[in-house]
Amino acid sequence: MDIVGNVLPQVLKDEATEDKGEMARLQSFVGAIAVADLVKTTLGPKGMDKILKPTGPGQEMTHITVTNDGATILKSMYVENPAAKILIEISKTQDEEVGDGTTTVAVLAGELLREGEKLIQKRIHPQQVIAGWRIARDVALKRLRDISTENDIESQEFHNDLIKIAKTTLSSKLITTDRDYFADLCVKAVLRLKGSSNLDYIQIIKIPGGTIRDSYLDDGFILKKQITIGCKRRIENAKILVANTAMDYDKIKIYGTKVKVNSMDKVAEIEAAEKEKMKHKVDKILQYQPTVFVNRQLIYNYPEQLLADAGITVIEHADFEGMERVAAATGAEILSTFDAPERRDQILGNCELIEEIMIGEEKMIKFSGCKKNEACTIVLRGSSIHILDEVDRSIHDVLCVLITTVKNRRVVWGGGNSEMQMAAACDEEAKRVQGKQALAIEAYARALRQLPTIICDNGGYDSAELVQNFKVELEKGNLSYGLNMNDGSIGDMKELGVKECMRVKEQALLAASEAAELIMRVDDIVKCAPRKRERA
Amino acid sequence: MSLAFDDYGRPYIILREQGSKKRMKGLEAYKSNILAAKAIANTLSSSLGPKGMDKMLVSADGDVSVTNDGATIVEKMEIQHPTAKLLVELSQSQDAEIGDGTTGVVVLAGKLLEQALTLLDKGIHPLKISDGFDRACDVAIKHLDQIAEEIDIQQNDHEALIQAACTALGSKVVSKRKRELGKIAVTAVLDVADLTRKDVNLDLIKIQTKTGGSVEDTRLISGILIDKDMSHPQMKKEVTDAKICLLTCPFEPPKPKTKHNINISNAEDYKKLYQQEQQYFVDMVKLVKNSGANIALCQWGFDDEANHLLLQNELPAVRWVSGTDVELIAMATGARIIPRFQEITPQKLGKAGSIREVQFGTSNERMLVIENCQCTKAVTILIRGGSQMIVDEAKRSIHDAICVIRNLIKDNRIVYGGGSAELACALQVLQYADEVSSVEQYAVRSFADALEGIPNCLADNCGLNPITSVAQAKSRQLAEKNPRIGIDCMELGTSDMKEQKIYETLSSKKQQIQLATQVVKMILKIDDVIAPDDY
Repeated sequence: MDIVGNVLPQVLKDEATEDKGEMARLQSFVGAIAVADLVKTTLGPKGMDKILKPTGPGQEMTHITVTNDGATILKSMYVENPAAKILIEISKTQDEEVGDGTTTVAVLAGELLREGEKLIQKRIHPQQVIAGWRIARDVALKRLRDISTENDIESQEFHNDLIKIAKTTLSSKLITTDRDYFADLCVKAVLRLKGSSNLDYIQIIKIPGGTIRDSYLDDGFILKKQITIGCKRRIENAKILVANTAMDYDKIKIYGTKVKVNSMDKVAEIEAAEKEKMKHKVDKILQYQPTVFVNRQLIYNYPEQLLADAGITVIEHADFEGMERVAAATGAEILSTFDAPERRDQILGNCELIEEIMIGEEKMIKFSGCKKNEACTIVLRGSSIHILDEVDRSIHDVLCVLITTVKNRRVVWGGGNSEMQMAAACDEEAKRVQGKQALAIEAYARALRQLPTIICDNGGYDSAELVQNFKVELEKGNLSYGLNMNDGSIGDMKELGVKECMRVKEQALLAASEAAELIMRVDDIVKCAPRKRERA
Repeated sequence: MSLAFDDYGRPYIILREQGSKKRMKGLEAYKSNILAAKAIANTLSSSLGPKGMDKMLVSADGDVSVTNDGATIVEKMEIQHPTAKLLVELSQSQDAEIGDGTTGVVVLAGKLLEQALTLLDKGIHPLKISDGFDRACDVAIKHLDQIAEEIDIQQNDHEALIQAACTALGSKVVSKRKRELGKIAVTAVLDVADLTRKDVNLDLIKIQTKTGGSVEDTRLISGILIDKDMSHPQMKKEVTDAKICLLTCPFEPPKPKTKHNINISNAEDYKKLYQQEQQYFVDMVKLVKNSGANIALCQWGFDDEANHLLLQNELPAVRWVSGTDVELIAMATGARIIPRFQEITPQKLGKAGSIREVQFGTSNERMLVIENCQCTKAVTILIRGGSQMIVDEAKRSIHDAICVIRNLIKDNRIVYGGGSAELACALQVLQYADEVSSVEQYAVRSFADALEGIPNCLADNCGLNPITSVAQAKSRQLAEKNPRIGIDCMELGTSDMKEQKIYETLSSKKQQIQLATQVVKMILKIDDVIAPDDY
């Protein structure tokens, strides 16, 4: 019923709901802040991990995930609140775009909205808040770009920066104790790519057993496959033929073909022809004179035997990614037809040594001394698969950050330094702006300062005091100071060597502001009736 | 009423299945219909204008979209009331015809219905009301033609077009970058526009979205972007001076549509078949290669063997290109779409300056850019943004802006925004009302009130006092004889919309008033609703 007592007709579908004005806004704030609060305890070097447990029949307790990675946590969560979904979405985008800072982006958006809610309670119109935030965002972004430094890609400083960035990124992960070791490892892997950003060339192999310290970077390429029985286990100066072709029997590709025979003799003839066809194919392969033959598809016993007889080592059923890597590493062409043996030199890949190696319990094939040295393999060891998974995610984050840094090359000081500087820039701007927007700009600064505050809180330090002291240091002109989370004090980041990639911060700032603005603009939530699902 | 009695007092049924049908008649039906339609208009009214708010819509599967676009909101709202559905269609027809002003048209219809409700309460017959509205609408449209101004779209680097695009983008979440996006939209439209025929084929503007970066990173690519990569990982990633062979036949052995069987009964045939099969691939690739093409784009898939042969012949190829992209590429590069390998001739190849693969983010996603096409008549707008919801909304906003620019190229007459045009029409209609000597006079007057509802609503959304600001604007319009006085939404200190450069197209405004009036007339004619009971 409306105010005058008219009975309103039902306009929407039965279970569809509509919330307006304050109710709608309240819903978005509560949802977004809840999500931000959930992940904020993982922030910083002293952040805690979360256990993710799947629900559903038969899966309880079977596969749990222990992680500190914001994107992984948020991706696995099932939420219904639409604003919360937006936060999850930006975290995912952050993961795809720069690979790290996935927690930061969700927490920053949540903190912005928390501040926004206070302003709305003070009866400031959402559009005014947004107008203020836009000014603040520009100021913050400008400051961030101003304080960042750039080094030449070839220089030693840049190399040191990379190691520092890797260490900073790793410090909030499980492997923080071994961060020196892993930082070095990741930087070496990324530098091998020589500026290209194709992460596919860095392969990560996880094998349970040993300790995390036993992980290593292998400059060769490791294929998680076995050499077929009866072939040589060690080949020097290998000529590699990489193929993607059916080696079981060639099915006839012409549509509608049927084989119809009327006697046993004919069956034998067809069988012979089939065999002949296979042999023919093998013969053609032999014309290339390879010493190793890698195929993506299955190889049946017969062709395998033929190849083995010719002294060729056979690797079958390599997965597609593995194939592409083998091809890239050895400089081979991936073949599906075999009619051009004269182009042999261009087609075959080379490597100095192929051997079967044992890592833990598993046999693998190692290609070392390859023609193109871009591909490499990181072998991770650890006492359980959960640890390995988490280490894998951490390494992935580091690699992404490093690649982004190699592309962008701008770095900033870590330890909350950039956030505090951006906040300071916003505060200065707020003094110059007339009108209500100034309140929103101050709110933006407060939200930015929340990030170092949360990092302190997670470490169990007195955040209020630390952040205030931090502010004072910056005011004094010590622009490279930041939080020292090892002993809970304010220290010079230059001495501590804590650096972060500017692009990650930039993307987090942009995405969080956009998301907060998007949620702030909403004054009406219409939910459709949930689709009915047949229960199995 | 569905049960009547004959002369002998025996009951007989007029409307069958009375128990399972619900029926509403007379005034009750009018009121119920009007209230339902008003409910929709009320939801949309807070989205109107540069400071309008957005709506968050959760679909049946839980997907979230946030939007400010009227047509999208009503489309996703799952409305089931029959009259309210009329408003959904109203918004959609505005979207289809003009592309912009989808919120305004619904709000106007809502205001008209509101007025109709009070008139009904006064006891005026619905048909009289709709007659009055009709006459008032004519007056308003005529007046719009009079106050409209022709603008020179060429002047000053197409400044007028950019301003009009900015007006359309001003109410959206991307409003911060409205000038940059407006420029992109204007350049895109002008690139594909046929200025002599005053026509724009919007199919030539492709809007591609990709999450990541920020809205600022949105770019215009003077070529085509397709979300595909080369079919073989080792093919060349860049082709300059591309000669494109555009195929709609797969690199696979032919599959005749007639059902057939090939029966093989001996080994000889078997071998022959095998050879023929191999030959197919060789022939296909040879035909493409011989035509002089250096890249092949195909709508269908490739067999592994064919794929490798293409690589061997240094012929980069792309498979599974979507049908719309194929057409777009054909238009842009001048390529003919070739349905059979035998038909390939050098004349049918398209030409482009370069085709290259570009990479985004860490997840290794690649897209192909085709640039400097022979007939550069196709452009792509690549929209970036922090999340899927942002890029989706940006896409809708840019679409609106593009539509506005197209309308201006078709018809370069504009009226000024900020509610000024509505106010001017309202004043004119009010003047006319006094000349009407019948009952319709009331309806005509109410129409003027409804038109005033738009600036009212604008002022309300901007946090201004609606009654004072509309009254001020109205009196200034009368005193200064200036139809450009509106509501100063952005608080820029002037109410003259010409100074604020708030341009709206005449065609859109006209269409809004006409469509809204039509729908209201339709709703007013319904006096009986029969629906299944469980509806």
